[in-house]
Amino acid sequence: MAVATYLPRLLPILFLSGRNLHPLLIAWLRLVPPAVLAAMLVPSLLVRQEGQVAFSFENLYLWAALVAFPVAWFGRSLFATVLVGMGLVALGRHLGWGG
Amino acid sequence: MIAVRPTRACWAGVRRALPIVLGYVPIGFAYGVLAGKSGLSQSNTLLMSLLVFAGSAQFIAVGLFAAGTGPAAIILTTFVVNLRHLLMAASLTPYLAGWSKRTLALFSFQLTDETFALHSVGASRLECCRLEALALNVTAQFSWVLGTILGMIAAGLIDDVKPYGLDYALAAMFIGLLVSQCESRARLCTAIFAGGLATILYLAGWQQLYILVATVAGATFGLGVEKWSKH
Repeated sequence: MAVATYLPRLLPILFLSGRNLHPLLIAWLRLVPPAVLAAMLVPSLLVRQEGQVAFSFENLYLWAALVAFPVAWFGRSLFATVLVGMGLVALGRHLGWGG
Repeated sequence: MIAVRPTRACWAGVRRALPIVLGYVPIGFAYGVLAGKSGLSQSNTLLMSLLVFAGSAQFIAVGLFAAGTGPAAIILTTFVVNLRHLLMAASLTPYLAGWSKRTLALFSFQLTDETFALHSVGASRLECCRLEALALNVTAQFSWVLGTILGMIAAGLIDDVKPYGLDYALAAMFIGLLVSQCESRARLCTAIFAGGLATILYLAGWQQLYILVATVAGATFGLGVEKWSKH
């Protein structure tokens, strides 16, 4: 498992660094971070139960995200965004809101 | 190159890693608790955090182990799940030109979703501040191992981290990092496309490959938007 998870991280860095890549490829690679972050984040916010999208009132993750996004946008602080997000979810659960 | 004192560079890395620590301690904790309950031995639980250091892969491995899955299937599954790091690592390489092979090997071992996200936000710093980048990574793994140990200790005492909102730490961190990545229209389009497609693929049952496929499609789509908007 250590090898299986290490190889995908190591090989591209070892073989691609220091080479002159095509500008188009570099432009593409620069778009990977926003793409991969969104691909990991969005399903975790929307799909809260097996196999269905939840836009409902109960989806605490989604509501906390609706506050956390403006906090991140205007506050520009990662630490504050994480604290506000976690705080809202904790508060929501204490008030008996969603799961 | 800017001359920075080594201790100061290390501290800068530690400071930048703080949001990760906030996320990793509780998630490492949850992993420690789950591993303890799955019947995985204490030494194996800890060794996974030290040698594998891949959050989602470790959670999946523990789940498969608890279900009685064989080692070959576990290794293959974790490989597929972590293939996304192939793209992440590749996207950082333009900034790692001056690094030695040995430093690169160390750096990439501690490359995770979260450390990658921080490095890609401050990618220009990678060229000048190797020590800072490595300190950031080491701090992140230290907090992961610390969380694991705490979780192993608490495995018998606590079985739910939800009342404290700890399970939301990762999502909140991704929100913060994603927002700081979306400074142009093409990048915003990339994120929306990749996020939407990932959700559709996930719902369609592609639970192993949805991140990889949505990332490739999203970045390609974004590149198209970028080229088109320049004309």
